Amino acid sequence: MADNNKVKVLIPSGYGLNCEEETAFGYRMAGADADIVHINDIIEKPGTMDDYHILALVGGFSDGDHIASGKVHANRLKYRLGEPLQKFIDEGKLIIGVCNGFQAMIKSGILPAVGKDYARQTVTLTYNDSGKFEDRWVHLKSNPKSNCIWTAGIDRLYLPVRHGEGKVRIQDENVLNSITSSGQIALYYSIPESGEIAMEKDYPHNPNGSALGIAGLADPTGRIFGMMPHWEGFMSPYNHPAWTRLKREGTLPREGPGLAIARNGVRYAAERLV
Amino acid sequence: MGTQLLSDSTPSGGASLSSRIVVAFKKGEMDPLGSSLEKSVGRFLNIHAQSIRTRRVYTINAEISKNEADSLAANLFVDPVTECRAKDSDNGFDWIVEVGYKPGVTDPVGKTASSAAREILGSKAEYGIGTATQYLVKGVGREAIDRMVNELLVNPLIENVRVFSREEVHASGIKALHYELGGRAVPQVGVRDLNVSDDELVGISRKGVLSLSLGEMKTIQKHTQSMQFTESRKKIGMPQEFLNKLTDAELEVIAQTQSEHCKHKIFNGNIRYSEDGGQEEEINGLFGTYIKAPTERMLAQYPWILSAFSDNAGIVDFGNGMLIADKAETHNAPSALDPYGGAITGILGVNRDVLGAGLGAKPILNIFGYCFGNPFYSGELKGGILHPSRIRNGVHRGVIDGGNQSGIPLADGFEIFDDRYGFRPLVYCGTIGIMPKSILGRSSYVKKAEPGDAVVMVGGRIGKDGIHGNTFASEALTSNSPVQAVQIGDSITQKVMADFLIEARDLGLYRSITDNGAGGLSSSVGEMAKDTGGCTMDLEKAPLKYSGLEPWEILVSESQERMTLAVEPAKVDELVKLAAKRGVEATVIGEFNGSGMFHVKYGQMTVAYLDMGFLHGGFPKMDMEAQWKTVLHDEPDFKSPEKLDGTLKEMLARLNICSKEYRMRQYDHEVKALSVVKPFVGKDLDTPSDATVSIIRPGSTEGIVVARGMNPYYSDIDTYHMTASVIDEAIRRAVAVGAKLPSNKDIMYALDNFCWNLAAVDSDEGKLKMGQLVRSNRALAEYCEAFGVPCISGKDSMKNVWKLKEKLGDKEIEKVISIPPTLLFSVRAKMEDVSRAVTMDAKKDGDIVYAVGMTYDELGASEYFAYMGEKARGTPYIGNRVPKVDAHRAKETYSALGRAVETGCIASAHTPTIGGLGVAAAQSAFAGGLGMEMDLAKVPYSGQGRDDYIMFSQSNSRFIVTVPPERKREFEDIMKGTVFAEVGRIDGSGMLRVKGLSGAYVIDSDLAMLKDAWKRTLEGV
Repeated sequence: MADNNKVKVLIPSGYGLNCEEETAFGYRMAGADADIVHINDIIEKPGTMDDYHILALVGGFSDGDHIASGKVHANRLKYRLGEPLQKFIDEGKLIIGVCNGFQAMIKSGILPAVGKDYARQTVTLTYNDSGKFEDRWVHLKSNPKSNCIWTAGIDRLYLPVRHGEGKVRIQDENVLNSITSSGQIALYYSIPESGEIAMEKDYPHNPNGSALGIAGLADPTGRIFGMMPHWEGFMSPYNHPAWTRLKREGTLPREGPGLAIARNGVRYAAERLV
Repeated sequence: MGTQLLSDSTPSGGASLSSRIVVAFKKGEMDPLGSSLEKSVGRFLNIHAQSIRTRRVYTINAEISKNEADSLAANLFVDPVTECRAKDSDNGFDWIVEVGYKPGVTDPVGKTASSAAREILGSKAEYGIGTATQYLVKGVGREAIDRMVNELLVNPLIENVRVFSREEVHASGIKALHYELGGRAVPQVGVRDLNVSDDELVGISRKGVLSLSLGEMKTIQKHTQSMQFTESRKKIGMPQEFLNKLTDAELEVIAQTQSEHCKHKIFNGNIRYSEDGGQEEEINGLFGTYIKAPTERMLAQYPWILSAFSDNAGIVDFGNGMLIADKAETHNAPSALDPYGGAITGILGVNRDVLGAGLGAKPILNIFGYCFGNPFYSGELKGGILHPSRIRNGVHRGVIDGGNQSGIPLADGFEIFDDRYGFRPLVYCGTIGIMPKSILGRSSYVKKAEPGDAVVMVGGRIGKDGIHGNTFASEALTSNSPVQAVQIGDSITQKVMADFLIEARDLGLYRSITDNGAGGLSSSVGEMAKDTGGCTMDLEKAPLKYSGLEPWEILVSESQERMTLAVEPAKVDELVKLAAKRGVEATVIGEFNGSGMFHVKYGQMTVAYLDMGFLHGGFPKMDMEAQWKTVLHDEPDFKSPEKLDGTLKEMLARLNICSKEYRMRQYDHEVKALSVVKPFVGKDLDTPSDATVSIIRPGSTEGIVVARGMNPYYSDIDTYHMTASVIDEAIRRAVAVGAKLPSNKDIMYALDNFCWNLAAVDSDEGKLKMGQLVRSNRALAEYCEAFGVPCISGKDSMKNVWKLKEKLGDKEIEKVISIPPTLLFSVRAKMEDVSRAVTMDAKKDGDIVYAVGMTYDELGASEYFAYMGEKARGTPYIGNRVPKVDAHRAKETYSALGRAVETGCIASAHTPTIGGLGVAAAQSAFAGGLGMEMDLAKVPYSGQGRDDYIMFSQSNSRFIVTVPPERKREFEDIMKGTVFAEVGRIDGSGMLRVKGLSGAYVIDSDLAMLKDAWKRTLEGV
């Protein structure tokens, strides 16, 4: 029997998404119930979404990233789940997208939702400047001025990116002004030594050439958030790429700091939505 | 074969037969594909274009209105931020090169686009969308364009290319290519009359690419002449003309079942073997004698082995209710012809092996290993082969796409270079999968189809791709090798199918499962039908990509992304319904039964009716001769250089030692959040691990160690010691990260993958190559038993040669180029607690450096000899003192190290392989971002006393270990009884300082400079 007092996380799967299991594990670690449900089953019964407080759009290669990464996934959300998604948002619930999930949110318009229009694409995630998929760890810092509930209280993070199309491009000045002034840039790539934002040309700290060093974006409410780096890639301290060195130095964390993202979402939902 | 119509459609007003949508980057946006091509064209062809930009082209092969086309462009094809719709004639080019797939070749993007278009247009129509890429080139002439097309851009086996000049585009535009695949309206069954002369039999085999020998053809001939054959056919009402003749499909099925690829005739045949002209002995099958028997002898000792050499993959019990399935494969021949397609098919194929092991394991880790020609090769390309760098690019891209898109992390990958692989690359792909030991109360590692079960094909549709792939893999390559032998994998179709299969498995919806790979339905259904003793199948029911396939083509097509299931009748509906909900095609195409016959129909027509007994056991074993002749090479004669700084630097930069990070970073090695010791470690995360460790599921601390050994160069001296060395290498790599040798509770097992070079077994040269194979197998058996490490799965690819026709005067001679005998030995081990894992990077200044294991003057076929020979005379020195393995002593060392890891007293461990102690020491030090001081006089060594030999000898079973000073006593106590010595210290100097035997420093080098040399060779290549 489901515990009615527990935060419930819905994780759609299928069509080449592939981070659903570790993501579910992460939310369970954070104290929530997490269900992996094939997206076709949600399309068949959109009412399913009413039972959940958090929608987690995971990473992967939905539809092979054919045409453009996340594009077909985005269309599926838009054309097949548009109404229930809008309802989910209107009810003050939470949505998070990681990597491919973020790409789908951007391309369906769910993010950055300038003027709270969740159906118009104003930003894109396009080919990395390096022209290739890369798996590497990046340093991140959050924007203290952001109202994003997912990054609240987090100063810095160290996480893996694994993508070929993660470069943020913004449609025009208006969109740029709008997302900057409302603190929607929640997460930046950063330079470890200086702590500065890693700008377009600061490869590999900015791994893809993202505009303004953007690694994650939120909507104006701060409840809807997407990021290219994988928080769920650092849940065990032994996921750290140099953990044997940290162990020797005595600085190995007890749990992977990536979990802080999931804990933020679950805590918010527990306080406001359950 | 079917007719292929290729025509320019005529655009008319309103709806047209096909529409083109061209998508370009907006002005000022970066075009990474164009930029990287610009670089490649400069680097490889020395063509310097003013600019190269790219555009994507979508051709919709259906009648749609202009509004519909606009809607597709706006909502699907064009990114509103960075892209725009373009006209072909939009400015900025001198040439347009448009490259698309040939009709019938899988176009995965087109397939996705077609279904996405249905969603947007709210229609159920077939849009048949095809994709192409346009390269807009500025500032070069026609000749340069032709070279780009032929040498870099286009593989004519699978791609269409059209080149337009600016003038042509402006004058008449670019018309949409419209194509249809068609064939005979009514499929037909052909007759194959084998009542002919021997010469004609050979001709039939050759013309049909059947790879059947005369002996085999005669066995088939005899079978068709038997009364029983005729009578059984009469009984089911086959037409008169087939009563004592085969159908085309039957001959194909027999050829496929009997192919080297499926039957491993060389590994199962009888061999008469002699060494150096000594007494002959009989070997009753290499596989049974040297590979399977040792494992069987170890079974009693290791209760964790559940399935070895019987299923699609080996299966072991990993504890806590979880099983591991493990398999490694090669996909060499296809990768030579179409590197991208061949390689992606290789990785997706081995994923399916694991999905088809037991009731189906879920792939969690991928492994690759490539043997290539020198990517900087600048000589002539003969016989139509592709440039090694192009093969390498395509292979990497293929396995990157296949693995990343399937969400399977890369656990380990390596590359080895030798010009002999330039003609025939080796592409090893491996996969490790996981499954619960019990599913709905059933043991997951056993499966069996029952009579009455439905034959269900699941996944992709059937096309002409891959026809004759398996028989062709059993042939030597020539430039005339068949076009259809190439398939392109479609990772996403497979991923969707794989997710569905695991779901269906957990619901108990099928009884048995196997992969549809080599040999297609013929092989998968034929193999499963052995469980019940027969089957019937109706090919008319099989879903096709396009019409026009003959029945025999449907039967043997190797179209990818398919599995075959045995489903009990009561569950068929539920399975088919679930498949539909998951966007997967599942089709009932027949029934397993106990008829004793493999019966294939197309509607009412019988396509094949073969006796199961004949099909699977009707052929005598092959008889072969094998001779081993000891080869004596010149012993190189040169003095040790006084200082070794330059030597070490140049050794580090050599292809077989240098950093491969540029490519490796493009493989996702972290999806699933399992990786613990990653492929790269150290302070800057850029030095390769000896082996990797991954937990098997999030939250677990149980891990699997992935390691391998390979050294084909030793085969130039003796395949026996090559084999012993690679076995030892794989085991000691695993030990270096913390693995323990096997016991009844400690899991360590191996996989063997032989790639040999037999053009013809019966030639004089063939006998010698067989001799090398025998010696290799003997070493495999002896060392696996000595180490107690069982092989649980393996594979062989025997004909890795390239036949080249060369003109000599006015005569044409055939030259055969062979790969060196190559064995990949893969080792896996369970690590109970991954927090104990050790990495190879030195950790802290003040740590003590130990050399563990004995160093000998074993430089035969070493990298150092190759380097010195190339410097002195342009070709490698080989020498004769190939590294040997003392398994007894090695085991003691490995056990002691295992105990030391347990106590946590080891800071780092790194095992020398190619390049020896010198290279290993440098790597350990620069990985740590520290310095190292070492004294060669203290290294345990037996030899003539040369600094260069101690530094670069490739003796086996050795390690460089660093230990914190406060744990010195503890470490030395544990290691007591093994060969080891304190040889130096880690310091913070950033220098590698090595004292020679004379007491003077032979190396005093800046490690940053050494690291830079090591990184530079393949950076960006």
